[in-house]
Amino acid sequence: MKLNPDLFTDKVKKEATRIGFGLGLVAAARADKNVVALTADLAASTALGDFIKEFPERFIQVGVAEQNLAAVASGLAHVGKIPFATSFSMFNPGRNWEQIRTTIGYNNQPVKIVGTHSGLGVGEDGATHQALEDIAITRVIPGMVVLSPCDAIQAKQATIAAAKTASPTYLRLNRQRVPTIFSEDTSFEIGKAQLVRDGKDVTIIAAGPMLYPALVAAEELGKEGISAAVINMHTIKPLDSRAIVTAARKTGRIVTVEDHQIHGGLGSAVAEVVVQECPVPMNILGMPDKYGESGHVEQLFVKFGLTEKEIAQMCRVLLR
Amino acid sequence: MELKALTLQANTIRQDIIRMLTEAGSGHPGGSLGMADIFTVLYFDFLSINPPKPDAIDRDYLVLSNGHICPVLYATLAHRGFFPVKKLVTLRKLGSPLQGHPHREALPGLESSSGPLGSGLSQACGMAKGLLIDGRKNRVVCLTSDGEHQEGNTWEAVLFAAKYRLSNLIEIIDRNNIQIDGRTEEVMPLGSIRDKYHAFGWHTIEIDGNDINDIKKALAEADAVADKPSVIVAHVVPGKGVSFMENQYQWHGKAPSKEEAAQALLELAKAREGFS
Ligand SMILES: Cc1ncc(C[n+]2csc(CCOP(=O)(O)OP(=O)(O)O)c2C)c(N)n1
Ligand SMILES: [Mg+2]
Repeated sequence: MKLNPDLFTDKVKKEATRIGFGLGLVAAARADKNVVALTADLAASTALGDFIKEFPERFIQVGVAEQNLAAVASGLAHVGKIPFATSFSMFNPGRNWEQIRTTIGYNNQPVKIVGTHSGLGVGEDGATHQALEDIAITRVIPGMVVLSPCDAIQAKQATIAAAKTASPTYLRLNRQRVPTIFSEDTSFEIGKAQLVRDGKDVTIIAAGPMLYPALVAAEELGKEGISAAVINMHTIKPLDSRAIVTAARKTGRIVTVEDHQIHGGLGSAVAEVVVQECPVPMNILGMPDKYGESGHVEQLFVKFGLTEKEIAQMCRVLLR
Repeated sequence: MELKALTLQANTIRQDIIRMLTEAGSGHPGGSLGMADIFTVLYFDFLSINPPKPDAIDRDYLVLSNGHICPVLYATLAHRGFFPVKKLVTLRKLGSPLQGHPHREALPGLESSSGPLGSGLSQACGMAKGLLIDGRKNRVVCLTSDGEHQEGNTWEAVLFAAKYRLSNLIEIIDRNNIQIDGRTEEVMPLGSIRDKYHAFGWHTIEIDGNDINDIKKALAEADAVADKPSVIVAHVVPGKGVSFMENQYQWHGKAPSKEEAAQALLELAKAREGFS
């Protein structure tokens, strides 16, 4: 795939995926008058500024009340709206999980749950705000689409695409700025994984903010003569099992990496396919059953072993 | 403690809050500065606690529900002797016991991890109920914010406390009229919080939360109530003591720059001269 030419240089443009969401939301709202946005006292943090300016009458402020946020969004959807309900991932879908399951999932309403602050990248706010369980709790809900875009451009595309589907959807976003990997021309389709880099010895499957370090790891491995493929699994559900099976057959080894607990997240989802359809050795890299803590974003990713170094090492271990 | 000593102590705590947040580069000054007087009275005049023995069985329990204002709690705990004051500037840094939101297991003197709003009062209710079951005399003080009164969880706890007549529970609400997105009455109107608690069956008190005598009197009154929970609705000026932060919701959650911090510390030092 064509990547940003500045990707591995200091010049690479960085932007948070939540910013891409804000832009995508405005585009979706211009295209469809039924798009509405809700927040629970986090309008600016969840990047709703532009939307509120352009569509003040389609903005709904529920106050600090995430359970109300989810269930009100369900009601709005029932009368024809396409609600984007925003807060931090810890509270949405964390605090309001049962409301999401029943009033949005079971009711099968096209609500888009937007969690703008997920994972360790929340940084200094610490463990209470670092949602490292949100993939697990959303992907178990029947029919729920789970998206984890890798950069701001992809987040914009994912937002526009989500607005067009009738599915309940969780959009997993990040606070921190991440390198822009793709361009506006890169195609995006919900449920279709992207083989970002081809390889024959091992496949690294990553999502969200971990795609960039996965690509750096693959570059490094290349210098050692190890040919690593990299897949961007931006849709964690419905999972592109075809892409996983193809990769398993071709490279015979899979490493997954995610900014999430090792239990129940991307690695687990991939493993469910691998063990049932094409058993090959796997390593799952993620948060090892721990809570995060306060610190600078980069420090935290180093402390908890979520960098290109560990990804490359996981691949080497599998190749031994 | 006497009024003057408490006033000076609150001023010291405010200065430390400014230093901590500036050094951290992020955090929540509005609520922290506003609540310095209440924390000072609680820890230096009201609560029965013993810093060398933070787990003493007969201690009073303090639950901070709106965990984002932990800088004021940390600064107060340090000055009360729970840990060295020089640790305060490690706030929010990797490996520090002073987490961005309180972590019970990281620091002595914390009863509960918090930050996610709206669940502190329930935990305080559980503590108060457990103590009543055992006939113990410890008191439970729970600090909450006005913003958290938009969470359903808060009101579930309000019902519970009334049902079980938790007379050993005192709630203090930081009624500062601000939250992240603006003024509370614009974001999601709360109206008269006191009237609501009254309707729910609580003993209610309303005070100026930056008046130390008011705070002392209210705590004594609440303490004497024997058949129901008490709430003190404390009208607090967010950002109190720093002119450019006072009543500005924009200062809910951002750290001052070096220049702003210098200005803030100057103002606080000046105010201190006025008390001495
Ligand atoms: C459950 C939950 N939802 C959202 C947040 C994000 N948040 C942190 S502080 C805050 C504003 C709450 O208002 P208040 O406590 O009155 O703030 P203050 O007076 O200190 O400015 C919000 C929405 C949170 N911490 N917890
Ligand atoms: Mg407030």
